[in-house]
Amino acid sequence: MKWNSLKAQALAASTLLMSGMAMAGPDLGAAEQQATNWHAIIMFVIFVAFTLVITKWAAKQTTSTTDFYTAGGGISGFQNGLAIAGDYMSAASFLGISALVFSSGFDGLLYSLGFMVGWPIVLFLVAERLRNLGKFNLSDVVSFRLEEKPVRTLAAISSLVVVAFYLIAQMVGAGQLIKLLFGLNYNIAVVIVGLLMMAYVIFGGMLATTWVQIIKAVMLLSGATFMAFMVMKGVGFSFTEMFEQSIQIFSKVHDVSLAEAGNIMGPGKLAANPIDAISLGLALMFGTAGLPHILMRFFTVKDAKEARKSVVVATGFIGYFYLLTFIIGFGAIMYVSNNPQFLDVAKMAVTGKLELVGGNNMAAVHLSDALGGDLFMGFISAVAFATILAVVAGLTLSGASAISHDLYANVFKKGRTTPESELRMSKIATLGLAIFAMILGILFEKQNVAFMVGLAFSVAACANFPVLVLSMFWKGLTTRGAVIGGVVGLALAVLLIVLSKAVWVDTLGISDTPINPFNGPAIFAMPLSFFCCWLFSVTDNSARAQAERKAFDAQYVRSMTGIGASGASDH
Amino acid sequence: MDERQVEQILQNPKFKQMVSKKSTLSWTLTAIMLFVYVGFMLLVGYNKEFLMSSFSGGVTTWGMPLGLSIIVLSFLLCGVYSYIANNKLDPLTQEAMREVEAIAKAKGPH
Repeated sequence: MKWNSLKAQALAASTLLMSGMAMAGPDLGAAEQQATNWHAIIMFVIFVAFTLVITKWAAKQTTSTTDFYTAGGGISGFQNGLAIAGDYMSAASFLGISALVFSSGFDGLLYSLGFMVGWPIVLFLVAERLRNLGKFNLSDVVSFRLEEKPVRTLAAISSLVVVAFYLIAQMVGAGQLIKLLFGLNYNIAVVIVGLLMMAYVIFGGMLATTWVQIIKAVMLLSGATFMAFMVMKGVGFSFTEMFEQSIQIFSKVHDVSLAEAGNIMGPGKLAANPIDAISLGLALMFGTAGLPHILMRFFTVKDAKEARKSVVVATGFIGYFYLLTFIIGFGAIMYVSNNPQFLDVAKMAVTGKLELVGGNNMAAVHLSDALGGDLFMGFISAVAFATILAVVAGLTLSGASAISHDLYANVFKKGRTTPESELRMSKIATLGLAIFAMILGILFEKQNVAFMVGLAFSVAACANFPVLVLSMFWKGLTTRGAVIGGVVGLALAVLLIVLSKAVWVDTLGISDTPINPFNGPAIFAMPLSFFCCWLFSVTDNSARAQAERKAFDAQYVRSMTGIGASGASDH
Repeated sequence: MDERQVEQILQNPKFKQMVSKKSTLSWTLTAIMLFVYVGFMLLVGYNKEFLMSSFSGGVTTWGMPLGLSIIVLSFLLCGVYSYIANNKLDPLTQEAMREVEAIAKAKGPH
């Protein structure tokens, strides 16, 4: 068995890397700002060993494409809810949002709101219908009654674009984080993440990915709960007290007046331009309902009812998590910003601003040190790394489904494949994606992570969401409308982003003024995509379009009742 | 599922009732969520003074409790949807399916 020997090799390689990492620690650690964090390394190695054991167990149960992509549909609603939460609560939201609260207060809350309000939309409009109509991914749903080849190709490509942006963001984040937390070289860090993710996905498929996400979600939620509890305990469980102390300390450490420090209690720079604020809001809200790796998780449960339960559970945990990050951000103001141990004095002398050791994204990590000491900080560092692994594994799996299930099996081979060849293709795709992710992660080392995540959400909201929603709700949608609307949404979103300040001026440096003055494309590209879907559908009078409209009734009945939906395979 | 069966289900009064209830529920809750969130973002964009004004005389501003309560509201709306779907809509769907199957059986296998 070729795969078994490969599996053994990869497992051996990752073990080697792990021990290599532990040994290489002290040398590299001296070169970095932070001392080698042994607690973190030990806890992380334990986490990795544990998840690899799970992967080995999962590998035995993963024998078909259904197992590979949906864990055989045998995950319970509660487990899936936790896994979705684990998939969604990325290191970017844990470190990024708490850092944003730490540096500008209310703006951090605005960000988490955007990530939160997409979930009810997923539940009310998407989750159950998606589960009833599809088999492995969202392409199954949009091509249900439309012509397979063009619609599936489009859905696969826009899914891959979203996955690529998200994956780069996570890889870059992982590299930076490991460099800081473990004192390890950036490139090595990216390769470790890539290899581990490959091991989880190739051998354990969706089952291993799900359990990695569940374990990580539990670890992250318990760690964050402890931190928030300690912060609240320090202020006698009073928000007013927490705000008062934070404003006073903020004014002192940032050297601004009390009145100015009070600005952290309201909207700041993030919403300076109202159009941008609303555009960002729309992208986050509707992007969530178009993220391929999240939508894919709904096929791991046995029916629409369990899918519904998953969203409620996930929303509960995600909401709770955002409340915690909010408290953690304020905690960092109170316990980190005024502690010289965490300040980068040399850098502060240059910039004249408050700078944390390792950058301001480290606020939550420093806070864990301040609250729980070395051991706890080790735990939080290991959790942050585990978080990235869980997210990239889910992303890779959905990218692999777009390549093998959509492009290879259904478009290229027109459905004439054997399950074995599709499974083999999935694993090859996973291998390819992992290598691609490692290379891009290394190339994009300096890229702004939050920006890449915003991009992924924007493309999901402008290209995937309109086509997905219209295909499920509107009888009139035809292949022509879906393809033109989807292409317009995808192209305009990408074009507007390239012409905006972040890319045109800051990254490419072509001129000093951006051609597109707005940062977020969603407010323009999403309505235009809906409009094009509508226009090119209603003017489509071809025989194919007639047949597609006629096929809506059967699709509608199935989407509402689940008759004929692909069920759980028994194990 | 053939065309005749689809037609039967579509014409079934219980199915119609379930579908209309479900779409009212989904779209009402979606509208509430959109209204609250977009409204809040408009406040953020155009009425910063209000969000910055004191909530109860202290340092806490209106923005904080409003923002935090949107997170809580998102979860509560999910709970409301799930409760109604589990207790009202699912039983209706099952009844409709039973009726359609009964008709199919009465007519015999073609």
